[in-house]
Amino acid sequence: MEDPLNHSIDDPSSDNPLNQPSEHSRRKFLFKVSLLLNGAVGAVLAAPVLGYLFGPFFKRNASYNNWVSVGTLDRFPPGETRLGKYRNPMGTPADGQTRTLPCWVRHIAGNRFQVFAINCAHMDCPVHWFPQSELFMCPCHGGVYYQDGSVAAGPPPRGLYEYKYKIAGNQLLIWAGELPTLSTEASVAGPGCASCQG
Amino acid sequence: MPGIKEKGLALYRWLDRRLGFAKPVTEAAEHPIPANSASWWYVFGSAASVILMLQVVTGILLALVYTPTARDAWNSLNFLNHGLTLGWFLRALHGWGSDFMIAIVLIHMTQVFLFGAYKFPRELTWIVGVFLLLLTLGMAFTGQVLRFDQDAYWGLGIGASIMGRVPLIGAWLVHFMLGGPIIGATTFSRFFALHVFIIPGILIALVGVHVWMVLRLGINEWPMPGRLVRRSTYIQEYEAQTHQDGVPFVPDAAWKDVMFSAAILLAIMACAIFFGPIGPSGPPDPTIIQTAPKPDVAFLWIYAIFALAPPALETSLLLIAPVAVICVMLGLPLYAGEGEKHWSRRPVAVLMVCAIAVSLAILTSLGENPPWSPVMNAWSADPVQPKYLKDRTPLERRGAVVFQQMQCRNCHSLDGVGGKRGPELNRVATQMTESQLIRQVLQGSGNMPAYGSALSPQETTALVGFLETLNGNQMPARDLARPLAEGAPLAQPRQDGKQ
Ligand code: FES
Repeated sequence: MEDPLNHSIDDPSSDNPLNQPSEHSRRKFLFKVSLLLNGAVGAVLAAPVLGYLFGPFFKRNASYNNWVSVGTLDRFPPGETRLGKYRNPMGTPADGQTRTLPCWVRHIAGNRFQVFAINCAHMDCPVHWFPQSELFMCPCHGGVYYQDGSVAAGPPPRGLYEYKYKIAGNQLLIWAGELPTLSTEASVAGPGCASCQG
Repeated sequence: MPGIKEKGLALYRWLDRRLGFAKPVTEAAEHPIPANSASWWYVFGSAASVILMLQVVTGILLALVYTPTARDAWNSLNFLNHGLTLGWFLRALHGWGSDFMIAIVLIHMTQVFLFGAYKFPRELTWIVGVFLLLLTLGMAFTGQVLRFDQDAYWGLGIGASIMGRVPLIGAWLVHFMLGGPIIGATTFSRFFALHVFIIPGILIALVGVHVWMVLRLGINEWPMPGRLVRRSTYIQEYEAQTHQDGVPFVPDAAWKDVMFSAAILLAIMACAIFFGPIGPSGPPDPTIIQTAPKPDVAFLWIYAIFALAPPALETSLLLIAPVAVICVMLGLPLYAGEGEKHWSRRPVAVLMVCAIAVSLAILTSLGENPPWSPVMNAWSADPVQPKYLKDRTPLERRGAVVFQQMQCRNCHSLDGVGGKRGPELNRVATQMTESQLIRQVLQGSGNMPAYGSALSPQETTALVGFLETLNGNQMPARDLARPLAEGAPLAQPRQDGKQ
């Protein structure tokens, strides 16, 4: 059906002799050429702009990560879970306070550790460790995890994200640098992997 | 002083000969509108544009001082609040202006919907309006990020985790949203660019288009029950109405718009003075984890939906529902472009508005005081009341200690104090027998973790013993089969009892 609005708009082109196309075919042609040219220039300009906008995000996930220290070993007594802090390996001074990030370090025994992301697997809120009940609790929607990071209760679809770790001298290092989410998991795949070493 | 007046007039004519604004502006201002549209119901759109101007002006004034980097933003907000004369007032105006803006835009939209104004020929005006609503919400969200505090930091994490749920391109979306692999300086910068350049640019342009169409197509007439919109006749009917029974927009209707806008501006100022600026809360230091991140008022209902939705549905709800809602809103005028405009003949429309309004209100008030969030410090901050310890055995008192120490309190309340995530425990022993309680504590289920490995048998006995004393005068629930199992005869042995 034709849009009735069409009738309410006056069409000024119909009775204006200057608008007869035959009179202006050359100029019309040149105008079209100029449009084409501009389109081409626009496309050439758009390529670097798009590259600038999107290029950085086609990097592979792992390339964001690096070995970073969460502190000396004596800060994590065996049998306990403590808050560790590390610097974002890709950070710059402009990050300010966001450059230093927390994680939970569980020293199982000997050289066996588990390093969990602070971020709840549900929606990335910061989980808290309660040594008395040996549970991680999430303040947002009540997600709960056991000490090995597996889901104890609530909405989280998987256990806590876990980082690969290694011991270098008296330092505990983790393989980190990316915000863990369901599609950018931390370096250890799957929860509850107690003996994964880097 | 006739000299000055004449000179002024001469200057005006000099300018207008070059600019030529006077004629089109006067024409637009005095364009005829249906007499019944000069109503108090038609003032919300203009009020929204006035608030937009307030936001632009206060935003620019804040930008004179605000330091837009992840490192310094929080400090500069505190400087604005405490170190600069009336800096707090400007921040408060901008913050409350944003809340008012969302409220007025929603009211405007509801009014337009109920008055059938989205129907022919104003379909595109409505569609542009839907985008204006989304842009307004976009401004609110990015503005919340620029208040770079704890809530903003973790709010970004929540946003990223939602992106991370998108199949296939999730990781890419997370990086694109954050401007990198993690929340930091580049994340901040892109939200600054969005809030200050990109969204306002589009917003102002679309407001221009929206107002242009209102002028071009004429304001919606006051709907009459039974007067149907037909594509073939509407334009003539509307024109006849405005010409026979029309009044000029200025001054006949405009005075109401101006009065209402002034009242709204006064209300924003009053909120700014009485309630002060919004935040910032704690510094954006991710290592300070003593926080329960919560979004601003405008997004509390979304927060509530996510908390209440069954986990299995969550991802689909997160990803599909917003797209579906937006499509329905955009498609509405194309689907229902003709027919009845008056609300009294559109019961479904009225019901929908009521249902949406009530659910938004309920969800927002739930989000205000979220029962699904554990109270992380209840175990150490809310003591067990003395009445529950008086005349109790040492075992039961030990149970009270276990109850506090094991963080039960974070999710369970006593007399309404404590977390609301799990059921209140005052009467729990009247509904569950001792052995059921023990099993629940040790094995957990659903939203309760299993305490089997964290509690010793003695602690469990003590804890359940304590829970059994909380019922006031009511008897705890008993398992009738238990005496039988233990060999003691029931008071009245059953006749058909087996051996
Ligand atoms: S973010 Fe942890 S339960 Fe939702």
